Order: sequence, then C-alpha cells, then structure tokens
Amino acid sequence: MTGRWQTLKIKVGLASCSIAAGAQKVYDALSSLAAEDVQICKAGCLGLCYLEPLIEVYDDEGKRFLYGNVTEKTAAEIYNSHAQFSREISKYLVSNGFSRQERLILARCGEIDPESLDEAMALGAYEGLKNALAMTPDEVIETMKASGLRGRGGAGFPTGVKWSLARASKGDEKFVICNADEGDPGAFMDRSILESDPHAVIEGLAIAGFAVGAGRGIIYVRAEYPLAVKRLGAAIKQAAENGILGKDIFDSGFDFTIEIKQGAGAFVCGEETAMIASIEGGRGMPRIRPPYPAERGLFGKPSNINNVETLAAAAFVMNNGAAAYAAHGTDESAGTKVFALAGKVQNGGLYEVPFGMTVRDLIFEVGGGVRGGKGFKAVQMGGPSGGCLPEEKLDTEIGYAALSQTGAIVGSGGVIVLDETSCMVDLAKYFLAFTQDESCGKCTFCRIGTTRMLEILTRITNGEGEADDVQRLEELAMQVKENALCGLGQTAPNPVLTTIKYFKNEYYEHIYQKKCSACACTSLINYSIDEEKCTGCTACSRACPAGAITGAMKEKHIIDTEKCTKCGTCLDRCRFGAILVQ
Amino acid sequence: MLLCLKIEVVSVKEVFLMNEKYGVDCGKTYDRFEAALSETGNDASLIIPMLQALQDEFGYISDDVILWLSERTGVFASKIRGVVTFYSQFRTSPLGKNLIRICFGTACHVNGAQRIADALCDELSVGMDEVTPDGLFSIEKAMCLGCCSLAPVMAIGDEIYGGLTPDKARKIVREIRDREVADVEN
Repeated sequence: MTGRWQTLKIKVGLASCSIAAGAQKVYDALSSLAAEDVQICKAGCLGLCYLEPLIEVYDDEGKRFLYGNVTEKTAAEIYNSHAQFSREISKYLVSNGFSRQERLILARCGEIDPESLDEAMALGAYEGLKNALAMTPDEVIETMKASGLRGRGGAGFPTGVKWSLARASKGDEKFVICNADEGDPGAFMDRSILESDPHAVIEGLAIAGFAVGAGRGIIYVRAEYPLAVKRLGAAIKQAAENGILGKDIFDSGFDFTIEIKQGAGAFVCGEETAMIASIEGGRGMPRIRPPYPAERGLFGKPSNINNVETLAAAAFVMNNGAAAYAAHGTDESAGTKVFALAGKVQNGGLYEVPFGMTVRDLIFEVGGGVRGGKGFKAVQMGGPSGGCLPEEKLDTEIGYAALSQTGAIVGSGGVIVLDETSCMVDLAKYFLAFTQDESCGKCTFCRIGTTRMLEILTRITNGEGEADDVQRLEELAMQVKENALCGLGQTAPNPVLTTIKYFKNEYYEHIYQKKCSACACTSLINYSIDEEKCTGCTACSRACPAGAITGAMKEKHIIDTEKCTKCGTCLDRCRFGAILVQ
Repeated sequence: MLLCLKIEVVSVKEVFLMNEKYGVDCGKTYDRFEAALSETGNDASLIIPMLQALQDEFGYISDDVILWLSERTGVFASKIRGVVTFYSQFRTSPLGKNLIRICFGTACHVNGAQRIADALCDELSVGMDEVTPDGLFSIEKAMCLGCCSLAPVMAIGDEIYGGLTPDKARKIVREIRDREVADVEN
C-alpha cells in the first residue's frame, strides 16, 4: 500500500437541501465503500442547490475536485477513479459555480464540517470576537458604523447605530437576540448559514452582546429548521466547553451565554416586538413602537435584535476590519448580500454578491438565466414584503435605495424568477393569501384590509372581476400601508402594488377579457385536444382522474369541459403535444 | 377568578385520577404528560417549549393537556389555548399515520404546487388539513420546506420528494398505502 490515496479526502455537503436531494445516501454509500485511511467528511452547503448532492474530492496533492448531481452510483465511480487511478472523471465535474460571487459571510459554508469547532477556528472563527474583546464597546460600535453594515433582515437599519442605541439604554440587565425566524417563502440564507457555519452566528451575537453590554443572548429559530437547531445547539455546547462562551471569555472579564428558543410557526414573529412576545411565552403579536426594544424589550429590559446574516457579517467585520468590508459593495449599501435564487431560474441556489451588481447580472450571469429556454417575464424580490420587477427594470443596481425606488426591496434576499407561464395576478394573490393568513389580527387595517384585497384578487382570477377593481385594490393597498401597526401589514400590499404598476394590462385582461394568457388561473382556461396531433393512443383518457376524456383507440379524443377539473394530468401524459390549453 | 379556575382545574385532574381508580386509562396519560415535561422548567415564559414537548409526546394538544398545563404553570387555560391556536405548529386534533406536507413556498407555487395538492386530495378523497378515514394519511400545506431548487416538493414524514408531477405524487402515495395495507394484513 504505497499510499497513492493515503491522504484522499472526500467531503459530502449535508445541509437540509442536499439531504432532500439524496446526499445522506451518497454519504452512507461512500462511507461503506471507503478504505480505512480515506476520510469521508461532512460539510455544509456550498449554495449550488441545483447541483445537489455535491461532493468534493481532495487528492494526495491537495488538488480539489467538485462533483455535482452525484448519485450513489456515480459516487462509487468517482471514488474508484480517484482511489485507484488518481484520476478525476471530468464529465461529472462542476465548472464555474462561483464566478462573480464575493463570499465573505459564506466563506466557511461548505468548506468546514459544521459540527467541528476546530475546523471553524482553523478558518478564522472567533478571531473577530478576540479583536472585539481587546477594544472598548464604544470602539466596537464605531467599527461597525465605519463598516457601513446595515440590517440584513429586510429593513436595512445601520447595525452600528442600532447597537449604540441599545448601549445607551440604562438597565441592570440587557439582552441580545438573534432573529433566525426566517419566514419568507423562498428565502433560505439564514438556514444555510446556521446549518453550515453556526459559529459565525454565535461569534456575531457574542460581539453584539459585548458592544451593547448584554450578558445573555437568545437565538430565536424557526421550528421548521430542525437541522439548524441541532447544529446550532452542538456549536453552542462546543463553544461553552472551550471557554468561548460562559465566564470571563478569552480572559477579558466578559461573561456571555446563549440559549436557543424555537418558534412555533408564525411569520409575524420575525417582527421585533412580536418575537419578544413569543419569547416571553405568549401569542406573537406586535405592539406599537416606541418604545423600541432598545429601550424596553424582552421582559421589559433593553434588547438588541439582529438578523442571522447581519451577525455573521459583524463577525467578518471584527475579524477583518471595517475597511475590508466596506471595500465591497457601494457607498450607500456597503458589503455583500446573500440572495436565494429560485423559481424558474436555471441555477437555483444561494449566492453572495456585492451590492451594486445589477439585477440582470444576478439572474442571467450568476443564476444562468431562465430555465428551459422560456422567456423572462419578471423577478420577485423580497418575498411577501417585496415587489416584482419587469424586464425594463433589470439594469437597476442592487442596493437599498435604488431597489426601493422601483417598488421592490432587498428584503431578506429571496429572489424568485418568473417566466412567461407565470401569471402576475396569480402571484399577487399568492403573496396576499400568505400575508392575510399570517396577519396576527391585532390591527384592523391588516386583518380586514388584506382580507378584502384577497377577496378582490380571488374574484379577478376567477373571471369575476369588476370594472373598478384595480382602483379599489390600489385604494385599499394605500390604506393598509399607511395604517397597519407593524411591518407585516405595512409591506403586505407591495406585491399587489408593483404588479399593478408594471403589469396593469394583465389585470385588465383578467377583468375585461376573462383571460389569463399565462394559463395559470384555472378558472380562466380550458383544455381541449388538437385533432391534428391526436393519435388516439388513449394515454390521456386512461389517466384522466375525472373521466372527462372519451375516444376509442386510434380515434380522435374529446375532452368534456363540463367534467374536466383542469388538473393537467392529460398534458403531462400526452407525448404528441395534442393537449391545448387556452 | 383565579381561584375559580384553579378549583376547576384541580377537579379535572381529580376526575382523571378517579377514572383511573375505576379502570379508565387516564392516569397513564397523565404520567406521560409529567414525563414529557421532566426537562423543561415551570416558568410561564416556557409555555411554548412545554407545548412543543407535549405535542412531540401526544401528537397533538388536547383540552386535557391544556388544563393540566394550566394547573402546573398557573397560567390561565384560556391563555394557553390562545397560544396553541396562534401558532401553526400546534394541532388540536390527532394526525394520520403518515403526514403529507405539500410545500407552498413561492418556488413550489410557481412550479405547480396546487396541482400536486389537488391530485393528492383527489387520490385520497380528503381535503386539506383532514385525515383519511382509515387514519393512514393527513395532508397539510407547508410554507417552504427550503429545497426550492427541487420544486415542487412534498414531505411525507421526514422523507422529501422533489421534482413532482401530479402523477408522480399519486404514485408515491399509492405505494405507501399499499405497503401499509400489506403490513396490516400480515
């Protein structure tokens, strides 16, 4: 055994999304296959979701090979090729997933075993905390201000200013809270950071605690993220065992502990005061601010709340200095932002890019454009609080001010690409149905306003829209925006307002022509069979769950529109393109 | 007011202990309640973690559990019920053996989640948030299971199924149903 593969190491990405794609099976297969001196290691998420499961092979010369879409079978092939012949299999290699990214916050994600403190520390974890503890809290706050870091949860409030407010509050006890209640459907950057590099968040929270003068930190995690909770819990334990949390951290005299609180499924708990109510054990309902949590927060004590990505960025700033962070991005929006690309995009995944990149580059260069060669229609940014941008706005630079002028927002970073088969009215209805369902019901404008708006949108998509519905929607939207109590209500109308702004014709088409040209609103479409193309193979009639298709073998089939439930099964089954949707 | 409720709550527990005396199996349920909470504290701020532990144990939060919890923590039963109904994680009725969660995140929505839901409701002849009469399946909506690039997605138990079509989804559920039925027959 002259050690050709003695130092061979294979890393398997094991985050929630990779496991869903089958990474655990790949890991198990490799583990059972590998010789004793081959290391099979776990890692977090590299963000290239469309290529999951991903494995990375480190050969004996230290060269690295990244393979995508690995199955148990190809994993065995890859292993054998490297182990026996020291040769890569180029057809499975991933090329170029990271161009145009600037990975500061995600630097360790996918690199390290998220359950290993040593690996995290080898790549700089807790250096930022050490630097912070060597300064005074005011110096830490000044550094944060100089870095230009703004809150990544959505609102974009300058982090250094937020910390200084909490620091200035008088109180015998203070809290710092990490907001990991990532509820935007389609956004998963916080989950990925927690699962792939939990120490970055712990470090950021400890720095925040030191800066504002808090001895206790709480991480409020969404209940739907069991793996994140598990890895975070393990990381906190390791940190405490190694003197990074607890009493007199790094001999600085600073005491700090962290506990995890699990949410129980309520989107509104992402709002600061609702989150506090939830941590206190009650219904997560927001209250009027002021007083802001910096003055009166958890259990009435001054509290500072930051989002996961913000804290990870704070750790980077303290490790590398304010200037190193501010060197990325623009003057107004410093640094980088992690975006979750999904929807009808070719390369769905998690990408960290600098502010100042255009939306077009994010979608077409980083994301690889629209999937399946279809035409681009719009991009939705910022989830239920955000808005849609049409093609002509794609050259907008990503930044807090520039995006909000268009009606979209940076938000938490969810980016959903839509193609010509997506109906904008349906999308507006989708987001409004979400916020209406998640409205806590405390204030009238949000509770009833969103309900009325949803009723109007529902009737429009059902083909029962009335002439002045668009105007009515706009009036209601402005009322809800101006008068709702918290951010959820104030931003809930945004998806409706931006779709009306850029896609008004689609609303009119639904209302006046009773037509959905994207063929997404089932009440407005009909299925029929193209007699020219139908071969009478009976595939559709056998599959139709409603028994709506008739026709004998080798004869043209007919769909009974009375019976048809528009489920689309025939469309999936027909191999001749004979099913027409109009 | 506090006193009244207290008396009522204590009497509920006594009723159960009395039932046990006469052979009704409630005492064991109460033991399970105690065991589930052995690691959490008793503070009112811990109501949510306590309810989570109890739901892990029982599968849902029954009225009995709310009353016992009220007695244990001194928090009004009405307030606990308010918490239970506020958060989507808590259920007030039992689930089917296999919980199907269909993802309705944005990526799944634009990729046809509703069609998957319609197909499965049709296949199992149930509505959303209902349990099949044989108790084998429940169907729920989930807000983003977080694997957007596999959309549309559903989870059955802990297993995630991606890249679904209505047909594929029906097939997966049929296979599970056949397996369950075969298990019962054996």
